[in-house]
Amino acid sequence: MTGVIKSEPFVINIGPQHPSTHGVFRIRATVDGEKVIDAEMVMGYLHRSMEKLAEERTYTQNIPFTDRTDYLSSMSNNLGYCLAAEKLAGIEVPARGDAIRVIMAELQRLASHCMAVGAFANDTGAWQTPIMWTLREREKILDIFEVTSGARLTCNYMRIGGVAFDLRPPFEPMVRKVLTELPPVIEEIEQLLSGNEIFVSRTRGIGVLSPELATNASLSGPMLRGSGIAWDIRKADPYCGYDQYDFDIPIGYRGDSYDRFIVRLEEMRQSVKIVEQALDGLPSGPFCTEVPLALRPPKGEAYARIESPRGELGYYLVSDEGPSPYRFHIRPPSFINLSALKEMTVGGTVADAIVVLGSIDIVVGEIDR
Amino acid sequence: MMPFLATDKWYDLRDLANISSAILDGADRILPFGLVYVLAALIGFVASFLIFVLPSQLFVGVYGERKLIGRIQSRYGPNRVGPFGLLQPIADTIKLLQKEVLTPTRSDRLVMYIAPIFFVAPAVLLFAVIPFGPNMVFADIPVSLMYFLAISSLPVLANFMAGWSANNKYSLFGAIRIVAMTISYETPLVMSLLGAVVITSTLSLQGMVLWADEYKIWLAFVQPLALVIYFICVSAELNRTPTDIAEAESEIVAGYLTEYSGMKWGLFYGMDIGYAIAASAFAATVFLGGWTLFGLEKWVPPWMIFIGKTHLFYALFIWTRGTLPRLRSDQLMAFAWKYLLPLALFNLFIVVTERMIWSEEGYDKAYIYLFAIFNILVSGLLVFAWARFNGYRPDDVPMRPRLVKEARGYVPLGENE
Repeated sequence: MTGVIKSEPFVINIGPQHPSTHGVFRIRATVDGEKVIDAEMVMGYLHRSMEKLAEERTYTQNIPFTDRTDYLSSMSNNLGYCLAAEKLAGIEVPARGDAIRVIMAELQRLASHCMAVGAFANDTGAWQTPIMWTLREREKILDIFEVTSGARLTCNYMRIGGVAFDLRPPFEPMVRKVLTELPPVIEEIEQLLSGNEIFVSRTRGIGVLSPELATNASLSGPMLRGSGIAWDIRKADPYCGYDQYDFDIPIGYRGDSYDRFIVRLEEMRQSVKIVEQALDGLPSGPFCTEVPLALRPPKGEAYARIESPRGELGYYLVSDEGPSPYRFHIRPPSFINLSALKEMTVGGTVADAIVVLGSIDIVVGEIDR
Repeated sequence: MMPFLATDKWYDLRDLANISSAILDGADRILPFGLVYVLAALIGFVASFLIFVLPSQLFVGVYGERKLIGRIQSRYGPNRVGPFGLLQPIADTIKLLQKEVLTPTRSDRLVMYIAPIFFVAPAVLLFAVIPFGPNMVFADIPVSLMYFLAISSLPVLANFMAGWSANNKYSLFGAIRIVAMTISYETPLVMSLLGAVVITSTLSLQGMVLWADEYKIWLAFVQPLALVIYFICVSAELNRTPTDIAEAESEIVAGYLTEYSGMKWGLFYGMDIGYAIAASAFAATVFLGGWTLFGLEKWVPPWMIFIGKTHLFYALFIWTRGTLPRLRSDQLMAFAWKYLLPLALFNLFIVVTERMIWSEEGYDKAYIYLFAIFNILVSGLLVFAWARFNGYRPDDVPMRPRLVKEARGYVPLGENE
């Protein structure tokens, strides 16, 4: 790039209206030819002031808000919020409620990773085929959500103290069907992309994230694991009885986009394993404890964290004994994972920047809240 | 030798040259001298366009491609307009014609306006030299292969004009990329076709078809490497998906087409398919034996065989589009110079040697089959060896991540899991 021809850097806006920014996110990239020499993130196009709005509503009324932060994994967001509220109020969840929550959270991880893997393949230019295949599988999981909670995307299924409804009769056969049909599709995607020379050359060595940078930038989820760091909230700080299930943490080799991709694929396999175990050992009994609708937790603060599909999703609640939280704060994994974007994109080309952005797997609803 | 049963009666549609020559003969009697050539040009244009280009574009290029891609992507494709969605391309065209054509304020309006015209004109010219049948070639010039190559590199100019005039940074990216790519890919493309020229010792496309007919072998078997290189190069030049860096939708939105709308865009889109059909027709002529099919052309109209082969080759484009990710522009350029060009040169070396041996043996038919077997084996070996030599190690790429049981922080490479 440092050739004889004199060139002058110029600025291009990748986004907010761009097919590969997965929403209204904008990178203000300074490029020299095709090479990115500076990248600046511009956020806030989807800001809906959720944290402030939540201070005016009761604890139960806030659950639908959490659906709409990370709209690709509403179940996980429900779960994170409910855990925080339960911690604050000291509420125990019955065993069946916990098991249902685990099944839902893992199904949500499958659905979200389906989207992530497909969209990432789309960003590398595999024109729509992988994303159509994975969306087909995601549909089946969303159908399960619809049967259980009545909604496909914004489920609003978890409640403080358990879940909203018990499982419907068609639930188990539907889940079993997904569990048998999904692994072959994961294999197919792996054969189509992981072994594909073009895909490997596009993603391997692109957006390398050193373990030091990954930890210093407090990244989490597949981003962190792709850099070879074995860290998973489900193992490190188990919630909902995740310590009873047998699963592995997939970790990458070099911390490049390719590693993050294969880590996501492997996480899908592990999730299938967890759902199978949870479904086999599904206890009977109540699915929810009785919690007053106008919950007034004692004075104090609570922070609950879960492993959402994108990383460590934390909910921080402060109570002043009122019916609504005094402070409601979300630690969105996409937002914090994005903070390493500049380090990953600078030095690569514009095409690499798109691949890196795809490998982070952002959801703009969660970044801007 | 004319291996063809068709009569020269005007109503014999097995050879459409009959009817056109009947018209021209009649017209020659009443028209003043010279005008009959204009009429011939018109008939040739209208016939090739109406019988081949337009239906191929609409029903194979648009409908068939969308349908096949849909099936690859496990969806239906167009199925709403007309029976099986067959009228979808026509509905799309009507929609495009009705759309407002927007021109950005700061753009170079004149250049932006004429770029689509510059893009369409060569596509029409390309079909002049394609032989559809024994007599059905509009301009049977002796250097038709060179003519085809020269004309087919013209649309890049229009692409660059489109990208430059729009005054959009993404368009400029697309324009620069397509120029760089065409310069890179034109070289191995011509080198690979040189092999075909050497073995058939003709630059005429009709001559190549007759050669394939005479020796009863397709050039694809004698020159498999050239076919592969041709396919890759032409898909790069046509901006087909594995190599569509100039209009990479997920990166630079639509490249040089970003600011185009309405029928101006439609001309680019439609003629992209037109060029792909032309390239397929060219490949069918040179590599797949054109309108011959081992004697079947005596019974089936040759132009039907030819169209079938063209569409078969076009299906390859659709297939790669549905399966492969896109290369980065520098990787694509490196691929042309580091992989394709040496392979094309090596192929040329082999074919020249074979040609020497062949001419010393008095052009014996058996030798060409021997060469074919030899070339197929050598090509496979060459591609593999050259890739290994250039550092292609598929086994070094891990397909699965490492698995650990506990969340214990950084696990260095090589540590036991």
